[in-house]
Amino acid sequence: MADPAYVRDQMLPPQKAPSTEVGTPRWIRENLFSGPLNTFLTVAALYAVYVVVGTIGPWLSRSVWNASTLQECRAIVEATYGAGKTGACFAVINERWQQILFGFYPRDLYWRPTLTLVLMLVALGPVLFTWVPRVFLWFSFAFPAVAFWLLWGGSVWLPITILLGFGVAYVVFRVLTPINGLLGIVAAIVAPILYWLFICGPLEEAIHSLIPLGLHQLYSDDFGGFLLSTVIGVSGIAFSLPIGILLALGRQSDLFIVKTACVAFIEGFRGVPLITLLFVASLLLNYFLPPGTEFDIILRVIIMVTIFSAAYMAEVIRGGLAALPRGQYEAADSLGLDYWQAQRLIVMPQALKISIPGIVGNFIGLFKDTTLVSFISLQDPLQLVSSIRANQEWNGIYWELFMFVGFLFFLFCFSMSRYSMYLEGKLKTDHR
Amino acid sequence: MKKTVLFGTLAAAAVVAGAAGAGTLEDVIARGELNCGSNAGLAGFSAPDANGVYQGFDVAMCRAVAAAVLGDPMKVKVVPLSSETRFTALSAGEVDMLSRTSTWTYSRDTDLKLDFVGVNYYDGQGFMVKKSLGVSSAKELDGATVCIQTGTTTELNLADYFKANGMTYEPVPLKDNAEAEQQYSSGACDVYTTDASGLAATRATFADASEHVLLPEIISKEPLALVVRHGDDQWADIVRWTFNALLTAEELGVTSTNVDEMAAAPGLNPEINRLLGTEGELGAMMGLSKDWAVKAIKAGGNYGELFEANIGASTPIGLSRGLNALWTQGGLQYSPPFR
Repeated sequence: MADPAYVRDQMLPPQKAPSTEVGTPRWIRENLFSGPLNTFLTVAALYAVYVVVGTIGPWLSRSVWNASTLQECRAIVEATYGAGKTGACFAVINERWQQILFGFYPRDLYWRPTLTLVLMLVALGPVLFTWVPRVFLWFSFAFPAVAFWLLWGGSVWLPITILLGFGVAYVVFRVLTPINGLLGIVAAIVAPILYWLFICGPLEEAIHSLIPLGLHQLYSDDFGGFLLSTVIGVSGIAFSLPIGILLALGRQSDLFIVKTACVAFIEGFRGVPLITLLFVASLLLNYFLPPGTEFDIILRVIIMVTIFSAAYMAEVIRGGLAALPRGQYEAADSLGLDYWQAQRLIVMPQALKISIPGIVGNFIGLFKDTTLVSFISLQDPLQLVSSIRANQEWNGIYWELFMFVGFLFFLFCFSMSRYSMYLEGKLKTDHR
Repeated sequence: MKKTVLFGTLAAAAVVAGAAGAGTLEDVIARGELNCGSNAGLAGFSAPDANGVYQGFDVAMCRAVAAAVLGDPMKVKVVPLSSETRFTALSAGEVDMLSRTSTWTYSRDTDLKLDFVGVNYYDGQGFMVKKSLGVSSAKELDGATVCIQTGTTTELNLADYFKANGMTYEPVPLKDNAEAEQQYSSGACDVYTTDASGLAATRATFADASEHVLLPEIISKEPLALVVRHGDDQWADIVRWTFNALLTAEELGVTSTNVDEMAAAPGLNPEINRLLGTEGELGAMMGLSKDWAVKAIKAGGNYGELFEANIGASTPIGLSRGLNALWTQGGLQYSPPFR
């Protein structure tokens, strides 16, 4: 048999794939130019990016960081880059960044909000991350009182005597529960309220007159900027979650009065714009309160923001509760758990896990809503921006200040959003 | 305090507010501080400086009153108020007086139960256009797009003016001056209209200020006044006559630099003597010290000095005195005699 010349007797070395089928070219072809529509969109998007970068880029690159007026900024840009050129004037940030962060808080006391922020991160540790030792939870619990004292100052005994109220509740609960369970619970609610109403004030004054110890007292007018946003936002977030959980449970309750009260609360406050509640807090209350009553405006705003946010939170959590299969409740019942045990051990962990994106979405919304307080003349970052712009030195400046404020808000909101994704990943137990 | 205050308030909320306490003057003296409502930020009139201390023409009025009453121009808590909250804050007693570019109108004076005690700036609504538009009179603005701040008297004045002249316009409603500046300079509208002082301040901030002109027409009267509550005539007198003292000081040539010298001993002009307390007992008539006017004038200067330092021709805002010149120089600023 003649050997067929066309039969190869040796293996060809493998060839490289065509250049359009590997690496970047392939990615570009498949993702950017896979059809007429996508090609068009890619080109349009590239053009849009070019226009934006082409406009903002040079403006940003010609930025000025050291000047004392906008006119000086403009002169420096023109002197450096030629007549008619414009540039960003970040000198205003350089001069006023402390005001945007702290408002009119006295300059020599900046360490107090700064320390509070650091302590807040410490307090958040055990709440947010399970690897932090559990003992730190005690600090997290006491943190609101510590923060209040550090920020507003005044006598150190005030937050301590207020915290004692929780101790009173615990002792009463422990003493009375063995006698009668319901009595214990009711007394544990009533006793601290009576304590705060009648004993707390005189007790604080008595101790303070014996051992005067405290920080320089500050008032809410001194608060502003991101300090104010953070105080309102963090308090609102911290208080609205537990209240929201209780409201969501109340709405599902079989007890008629509890259910009606919760529905009325939720629907009532969800049906009203936040700005209305803020106006009530700032203006209407003044007409009802006796003249000379000092009811701190920031406290009023925190209460309103918390109420508003709790109503939303309740509905988000109700969504999580509704998503739980009936079998979970029945399983809890069949194990012989009582209502609170079932909620704590079986229902809530799953319902909250399901609602994480909604809850964090609410938090982010709430944090950004704190800028609404500028309408009731509190010095939120945006209000401070317009105050700064009203100075003759900086009148006419616009984008630079808003960019700075926007950047800081982005930092806060983006970290919240990333944490929620981390938490979702960590708690992911199903096999989707 | 958080909790005690909360519960205390809930308990106290049942008590009807009822009659106000002592007079405003006693309240201010007891507090040791004057609560003065002003603007959170309006160029030249009220704005916090880098140290957080409010400065400006309106704030200077507060400082003069504080100096007259308390002897120290810095004993003022400037409460920044938005245009929505200003009158309510005054009625509710949150501030003792308002010095916040508030136009004196009939309904505010009567219906809102306020007293307008002195016009510290006579303003009026004007128009600003780009030079390239080639317009020299507001009468030529038929069909123009107009940037305007919502919820202000300027919005109503504009509608009236165009209707009266048989012209049409397209409004571009905007939230505040900052936004209006931005929209106007980016070309979203042909015309920007607001108070003439605001237009001048805005124009001063443009890099190409000479490309913009203010049209000669002023279409409204905007007397911006100092305001107090109804019902405390003594306090109204104090604010009114402190302002008048600043005017009279300018008229008589008393300035912040020579006031000490003039107040040291009675001079030849009896009205100066009465004003500065070296003759007669004018201060005691309204419950203040003898040298109340001296302190008020020393706080920042007489009316003319305050005007020049904050909004006058030498500042970037560069307003001329115009209607706000003294009556002796053809303006409207006129103080009743100190006698």
